[in-house]
Amino acid sequence: MSISVKEASGITTDRSAPDYLDQLEAEAIYIMREVAGQFERPALLFSGGKDSITLVHLAQKAFAPGKIPFPLVHVDTGHNFIEAIEYRDELAEKIGAKLVVRYVEDTIKAKGLKEQTGKNASRNWLQTFTLLDTIEEFEFDACIGGARRDEEKARAKERIFSFRDEFGQWDPKRQRPELWNLFNGRIQKGENVRVFPISNWTELDVWAYLKREGITLPSIYFSHERELILRDGKLLNNTPVIEADPEDRIVTRQVRFRTVGDMTCTAAVESSAATLDEVIAEITISRISERGETRIDDQQTEAAMEDRKKGGYF
Amino acid sequence: MDLLRFITAGSVDDGKSTLIGRLLYDTKNILADQMEAIERASKTRNSGEIDLALLTDGLRSEREQGITIDVAYKYFQTPNRKFISIDAPGHIQYTRNMVTGASNADLAIILVDARHGVVEQTRRHSLIASMLGIPHVIVAINKMDLVGNSQDAFLEIAKSYTELAEKLSIKDLTIIPVSALNGDNIVERSPNMGWYTGETLLSVLETVNVLKDQNQEDGRFAVQYVIRPQTEELHDYRGYAGRVQSGTFKKGDLVKVLPSEQESKIAKIEFGGNEIEEASVLESVTILLEDDIDISRGDSIVSLTNSPIVSQDIEALVCWMDDRKTLKPGNKYVLQHGTARSRCSVRDIEYQIDINSYEKLDSESLKLNDVARIVLRTAQPIAYDPYQKNRANGAAILIDETSNVTVGACMIE
Ligand SMILES: Nc1nc2c(ncn2[C@@H]2O[C@H](COP(=O)(O)OP(=O)(O)O)[C@@H](O)[C@H]2O)c(=O)[nH]1
Repeated sequence: MSISVKEASGITTDRSAPDYLDQLEAEAIYIMREVAGQFERPALLFSGGKDSITLVHLAQKAFAPGKIPFPLVHVDTGHNFIEAIEYRDELAEKIGAKLVVRYVEDTIKAKGLKEQTGKNASRNWLQTFTLLDTIEEFEFDACIGGARRDEEKARAKERIFSFRDEFGQWDPKRQRPELWNLFNGRIQKGENVRVFPISNWTELDVWAYLKREGITLPSIYFSHERELILRDGKLLNNTPVIEADPEDRIVTRQVRFRTVGDMTCTAAVESSAATLDEVIAEITISRISERGETRIDDQQTEAAMEDRKKGGYF
Repeated sequence: MDLLRFITAGSVDDGKSTLIGRLLYDTKNILADQMEAIERASKTRNSGEIDLALLTDGLRSEREQGITIDVAYKYFQTPNRKFISIDAPGHIQYTRNMVTGASNADLAIILVDARHGVVEQTRRHSLIASMLGIPHVIVAINKMDLVGNSQDAFLEIAKSYTELAEKLSIKDLTIIPVSALNGDNIVERSPNMGWYTGETLLSVLETVNVLKDQNQEDGRFAVQYVIRPQTEELHDYRGYAGRVQSGTFKKGDLVKVLPSEQESKIAKIEFGGNEIEEASVLESVTILLEDDIDISRGDSIVSLTNSPIVSQDIEALVCWMDDRKTLKPGNKYVLQHGTARSRCSVRDIEYQIDINSYEKLDSESLKLNDVARIVLRTAQPIAYDPYQKNRANGAAILIDETSNVTVGACMIE
């Protein structure tokens, strides 16, 4: 690491230079307010994960001292961590937000959908049906989500206001140009816009922000002892919703989760980091990115996420 | 530590993707599994060598065609700054993508192939950077290794670029000889070009002062949303939520609301529900006024002594972005400026600009990627500043009323 000329000469960097977290926060708040200003029936997609917890916090700041002027919507796969669900319910209650929960289980029954079976079966793809049904049910015209461009290659090209046609589909070739910070949310009835206020945040930015703002997280984000399935070198929660495989080994380890999606496709990392500071320190030196380390669903083909987004996924 | 957004522009094969890959690699911003993925992908291709360019190639159709067609964002940091790199395609058919990427950039890196020197694309990319008011431009003369790292070759290209730049309004220009492939003068100074004593590319990226670029004088605030909790204890609360576009606002400041021209005084500024002393450029805050006046989304709160222009007649440079329909005099659109939207009609195309030769041409209609100066008449008055003086309050987009697609980028003159 080189020492910059400014530091070496004893002159501190320009004091009035803004801090990047303030810049990212101001941008996200601006985007939230554009949603409230441009749409009639927006919703915030809430999963109980750290990115959507960050969104809720930003929304509170954006509309204080008023309440968040849109409901929190959760598409529950039935495979969620209990800790995340409890956190979700407590948070919604604490901030007086309206919470809408819709279950993938119900969609499967109503539509007679076939679930994946076998070793790496997941309801991840089925979530899309429930999400699109929920959008239709409430006539949501905008859905705020916590996706970040640094997560994945297809996301890196998605707009902040991402237009979806009446079938919920994303067309990467026909995205609206997005100029300056002039977001165009004009749509026809039935169409909707997915909005990503933290598009420009990295995983580390989210952690640093959570710490700065003193936001509490579900306990699974911190080191704890847990019984897990060791499969193909990855540690999965030992739960009946994961179909057993003869090769599986059941182990007990000190772990934490970096993302808290569907239990069937979210792996734990071995860690002793029990506080935000320790987690941040660990991530800073870690040489593996978030999705690669802990998401099983993106690795099957190189274009997995792109395909899912085209079909209407978050 | 602050944030810098920069765009890279160059023709196909000038080495843009390699350059970004090199920056990420040399600043240790490539993670182990990303590296593995690239290695895996490199193997399925012809050469088998690790291709740093693969780091920025996003969508599958692009991977298949081997070119970058949209705008891609990459994030990295050094101990001194956080960076958002915006990668836009260089070919003329993607001018709108470059305009899009350039609209949010603080700095542009324009790549020139040392073997070819200043070419048509260089002229076009420079015009766009200048037209979009990007304050800092770095011209990276790449592939120096292929011209024997020759100082003469560099000086010749630098000279012809400087001549070109004189025709444009580029505020801060730096020209650097590099080799993206070998990493010369990107992060480390190169022993292969001992004659070069200037800064490396990264060192310029880390030190340009973006704070100075912002307009600190003209107090402009576009109202996005009115916060009215209407609870018992906050019964009369009316807060105007928005982002400071330029200048600063303080409690007690005399202000004017546009377009209604009503005057008032700032009673309070809040952030996240807490009172703050002052709000400056790009901060998202809530302003409360002393007087009860009717303000809604689309209105502007501006400083009383320094006002923008309020008018229904606007002249602007426009970059046309619709591949399906052309812009013609008489056509009607929705103009979005700040948070205001107004219907507008095109009165005239004054002239088109040949973006390669910079010549002014007569034009009857504009097609995809054309740039022209046009005259608009809006249904409601717009409170604007000239773009070159105030990027935030001089920018506008045109929206097609039937398809709702964004079809034009306007820089108000
Ligand atoms: N010799 C040499 N080749 C380079 C250099 N930079 C890029 N290239 C090569 O030029 C070709 C095009 O580079 P790429 O980054 O894909 O260009 P892009 O189309 O501008 O993104 C590739 O074969 C690179 O390896 C350089 O500095 N020196």
